[in-house]
Amino acid sequence: MSAEANTKCRAIIVDDEELARQVIREMLKAHPEVGIAGECANGFEAVRMAGELKPDLLFLDIQMPKLDGFEVLELIGSEVAIVFVTAHDEHALRAFEVHAVDYLLKPFTAERFDAALERAKERMGQRLPAPAELSAAMREPGQYAERIVVKDGTRVQIIPVAKLDYAEAQDDYVALASQGKKHLKQQTISSLEAALDPNDFVRIHRSYLVNLEQVARLEPYSKDSHVVILNDGARLPVSRAGYARLKEFLDQQG
Amino acid sequence: MHPILGQLRRLGFYVLAWIPLGAILLYLLAALGGLSWARAAVLAIPLCIVYAFICLSAWYSCRGTPLETSSFSRLALTHLSAAVVAGGIWIAVAKGLAFALSAVFPGLDQQIGKDYPLIFGSGVLLYLLAVALHYVLLSDQASHEAEKREAEARVLARDSELKALKTQVNPHFIFNCLNSISALTTSDSAKAREMCVLLADFLRKTLGLGEKALIPLGEELALIRSYLSVEQIRFGARLKLEEKVEPRVLECLVPPLLLQPLVENAVRHGISNLTEGGWIRIEIGRGSAERPSSSLSLPLSLSFKIENNFDPERPSRKGASIGLKNVRQRLDTAYGGRARFDVRTHGDRFVVSLELPAEKAAEMSAEKLA
Repeated sequence: MSAEANTKCRAIIVDDEELARQVIREMLKAHPEVGIAGECANGFEAVRMAGELKPDLLFLDIQMPKLDGFEVLELIGSEVAIVFVTAHDEHALRAFEVHAVDYLLKPFTAERFDAALERAKERMGQRLPAPAELSAAMREPGQYAERIVVKDGTRVQIIPVAKLDYAEAQDDYVALASQGKKHLKQQTISSLEAALDPNDFVRIHRSYLVNLEQVARLEPYSKDSHVVILNDGARLPVSRAGYARLKEFLDQQG
Repeated sequence: MHPILGQLRRLGFYVLAWIPLGAILLYLLAALGGLSWARAAVLAIPLCIVYAFICLSAWYSCRGTPLETSSFSRLALTHLSAAVVAGGIWIAVAKGLAFALSAVFPGLDQQIGKDYPLIFGSGVLLYLLAVALHYVLLSDQASHEAEKREAEARVLARDSELKALKTQVNPHFIFNCLNSISALTTSDSAKAREMCVLLADFLRKTLGLGEKALIPLGEELALIRSYLSVEQIRFGARLKLEEKVEPRVLECLVPPLLLQPLVENAVRHGISNLTEGGWIRIEIGRGSAERPSSSLSLPLSLSFKIENNFDPERPSRKGASIGLKNVRQRLDTAYGGRARFDVRTHGDRFVVSLELPAEKAAEMSAEKLA
C-alpha cells in the first residue's frame, strides 16, 4: 500500500542535538506534504509523543539520553515508519533487521534525505512484526539485554534485568514481575528468554521464566511436578523439563 | 669480547679454579714424576699460571666451530689438534723453565725429561676441559643476547602500541561535528565557519601530537579546550564546564592525548545522555608527593581529577570502559607502577583521578607558558 504524494503525512523529529533537528527541519521544507507534528530531544519524550500524536513517520537518532533509538522503536510499535539518523554506521544492520525504513548517516545530502523520505512514504501503513520480537532476535551471540523497557500507558518503565524476578506468559503478552509489581509487555516469552542471559534466567515452565538469583528453594508438588519458591514468597510451577534445567543450575552453584 | 678476560669477576673465579688444578699437577709431579715436593712446586706453580692463559685461547677455536652447526668429526679434529698443540707448547715451557731453574735446583732439566708424557697428557686434558668451559660460556652469552633482543623487541612493540593507543580521535565526534556544520551552513553561516575553524584547529593539534612522547601539560590543556569549544557548539547550554588549574603545573610534561580521551568520555557518556545537560569539572594540581616548602617550585608529581555527572539509570556503555582501559594501559607502559589511576562513581557523579610523576622540560621557562 503506497501513500499518494499529496497526502499530508505527519512526522516527529527525535534528536538530542538542536542542530541535528534543524537539518531535518530544513530538508523537510522542500516537502510540503510532510508536516512536523513535533520535535523532542530524548527517548522518553519520543515514546510519549508518539503515543499522543500518532505520527506516520519518525526521524530517530540512536544515541540519546534516557532511551536509545532501538528502545524507542521497541516501545512505540510498528505502525510508525522509522528513519534512523545517526553518525554511527555500526548499527545499520540491526536497524534494517528491526525493519527501519532507512538509515541516514550524518551528515547527509538533501538527495539522500529525499530518497529516505520516498522509501518512508512507500512503507507507511504497512503492518510489520512487533518490534520487541525483532530487537530480541537481533542480539549478537553472547550479548544480552541489560534492562527491559515497558510502556505503562504513556509512561515508560525501565526494569534492570537484575530486578526482574520472573516473567509469566499471558497470551500475546508477558507479565514482568519486578519488586512486587507486574508490568505487561507485548512480547512472547520465548523472545524474552532469548534476550536474557541463560546463566541468570531459566525457563522453568512453558509459561514461566525465573531469575535464578530470586529462587529461594525448590519443593516437590505432586508426583511429577515441583514448585519454586522465590525470595518474596511467590510460588511458580515447574515442569518436568524445567525441573531438569533448574536442577542443572542449582547443582552447579551448590 | 672474551667472556673471561672481559670481566674481572669471571677472571678471578677462573684463576681460583686453577688452584686445585695446580695442586693436582704438583701431586702428580711429586708422586708419579719422582720429584721432591719443593722441585715439583717450583715447576707446577709457574706452569699452571702460564697454562691458565694458554687455555683461554680455546675461546677462538670454540667460536670458530659452534657446537650446534659443526659435525662431530670437525669438533674432534679441531679441539684435539688444538689440545695437542697446547700440550706441546706446555712441554716447551716446562723445558725452558726447568733449564732456567737448574741453576737453583741442580739437575732439574735432566729430571724433567721423563715427566714429559705426564705433562703432555695433563696438558691435553686440561685444554679439553677449557674447551668445555668455553662452550658453556658461549651458550650463556648467546642466551643473554637473545634475552636482550627480546627485551628490545618488547620495547619496540610497546612503543608502537602506545602510538596506536594515543592517535585515535573518535570518528563519531567528527561526523557529528560535520552534521552540525551542515545544519549551520544555512541558518548561521558565520557560526558554521567558526565551527570549521575550531574543528580544524583540534584536528591539527591531535595530528601533530601523535609523533611526540611527551608534551607540556599546557599543550594538552589547550587541546582539551579546543575539543570542548567544538562540543560547546553542538551541545549549547547543555554542556557546563569548570576548570581549576594550579599555576606552574602547566610546565610539566605529560604523554600527549592522555587527558583528552577522559574528557571526551565525560561528554559522550555523561552530558550526551542527560536531557538537561551536565557538567564537567577538570582539576589539575600538585600530587601528594610534595615537599612541604615547595609552593613556588616545580611540582614533583601531578594530580588530575576529571569529574562529570551522568545518568545512573543508563547501563554503562562498553565504549567508556575501553577508553579508560586505554588510558590505564598507557600509564602502565609509560610509568610502570609510578602512576596511579582511579575510577569511581558517587551517585550520579563519575570521577576519574590520576596521579603521575612530574617530568620537566629543561629549557622551558615559566614566562613562556604563563
